[in-house]
Amino acid sequence: MTEATPGQTVGPFFHHALAYPGDSELVPFGAAGSVVLHGYVFDGAGDPVPDAMIEIRQSDASGVVPRVGGSLRRRGAGFTGWGRSCTDGAGHYWFSTVEPGLPFFAVTVFARGLLDRLFTRIYLPGAADVVDGLVASREDDGRLRFDIHLQGPSETVFFQFPRT
Amino acid sequence: MESGGRLPGVGCLAFDDVTTSQHEISDEIAKIQADSPGGAPLLDFAPYRSTTLRHPTKEPRHADPEGAELLAPVFGHSDVAAVEADLTLQRGGEPIGERIRVHGRVLDGDGRPVRRQLVEIWQANAAGRYSHQGDQHPAPLDPNFHGVGRCLTDDDGWYSFTSIKPGPYPWRNHHNAWRPAHIHFSLFGTDFTQRLITQMYFPGDQLLALDPIAQSITDPAALARLIASYDHSRSEHEWLLGYRWDIVLTGSHATHLEPSDD
Repeated sequence: MTEATPGQTVGPFFHHALAYPGDSELVPFGAAGSVVLHGYVFDGAGDPVPDAMIEIRQSDASGVVPRVGGSLRRRGAGFTGWGRSCTDGAGHYWFSTVEPGLPFFAVTVFARGLLDRLFTRIYLPGAADVVDGLVASREDDGRLRFDIHLQGPSETVFFQFPRT
Repeated sequence: MESGGRLPGVGCLAFDDVTTSQHEISDEIAKIQADSPGGAPLLDFAPYRSTTLRHPTKEPRHADPEGAELLAPVFGHSDVAAVEADLTLQRGGEPIGERIRVHGRVLDGDGRPVRRQLVEIWQANAAGRYSHQGDQHPAPLDPNFHGVGRCLTDDDGWYSFTSIKPGPYPWRNHHNAWRPAHIHFSLFGTDFTQRLITQMYFPGDQLLALDPIAQSITDPAALARLIASYDHSRSEHEWLLGYRWDIVLTGSHATHLEPSDD
């Protein structure tokens, strides 16, 4: 196996390059059958991280992971199963999407001050075989909430995927 | 890449330490590197001050990827226009600076080309200033240079961008701190787990040895994989200078069928 190119931090100045219209709307906000997945990113002092970026990858409602283009120019494209949300000044990210048929959203986290990307999962409430601490909560208005803690007593479980 | 400015929002939490000297930072780097040579970037790397509260302290959980983790998103020509690969064309006039072409191949950990996949780049202009409202470094913006590009790799994994050589710039990690010239790269593989964001550096840059972000990769051979090589065969007569930089993603977990022509 060839040695991999190391990662480096996304830095603070990525919004003008990586954010784009519709990036976090895998389906249009408010569309029938849609759900909002949202939360806050926190650092080890419990302060919000206003320069993080979250990406999700997921199946559609029937459990099929789409392999179609169109994520960057969503208008007229079908469901691509991928989206990106840059946190705002309050450290908040959000997606408009559908609840995946497979039990979790695959998640990548980037931030200034974070030297390489982190992987985690967000499981749907009620899913079987979940990883403790990685289950979204259902808010009264139906939104799914999941906060990401880079460090601290509530530190999120992050994953490595070694090849055997 | 760190903010030199103090605008609310993006730059407001940037670490701002103008008392620690480069000498002290370099000593800290040397001590860590002596203890922990390795290929992966250290997430806990105190010489880069902003890591202090932003690195996980627990060991990552090992898992076999499943479901959506086995399939990277797919991008196509409906997502990316060919002109997006030329950062010198996007604003109508010629940007100021040294015109360059950066090209190379994206391979997976088994040496297979990553075909028709999205590559995104962003960078400072020739004066070391980003076209981003959080960057308040008092260097000129270039109205003809936004510093953002995209392309799709071809069927053999090749990418190519035409741009301007970015300038180094100061940041407030410590006193007299300067980032080496670099281009940010964002890459996808065939698996979701191959996702990579990194920075490409230029050969011969004296700032690399002083930079806590680059030096967080404590294995010199691994850091060398972030440095492009000058490629005279791709320089063009009276036009631009060529650089070659190949990117290797982590290994794939999935058994991939060759994608159909879609």
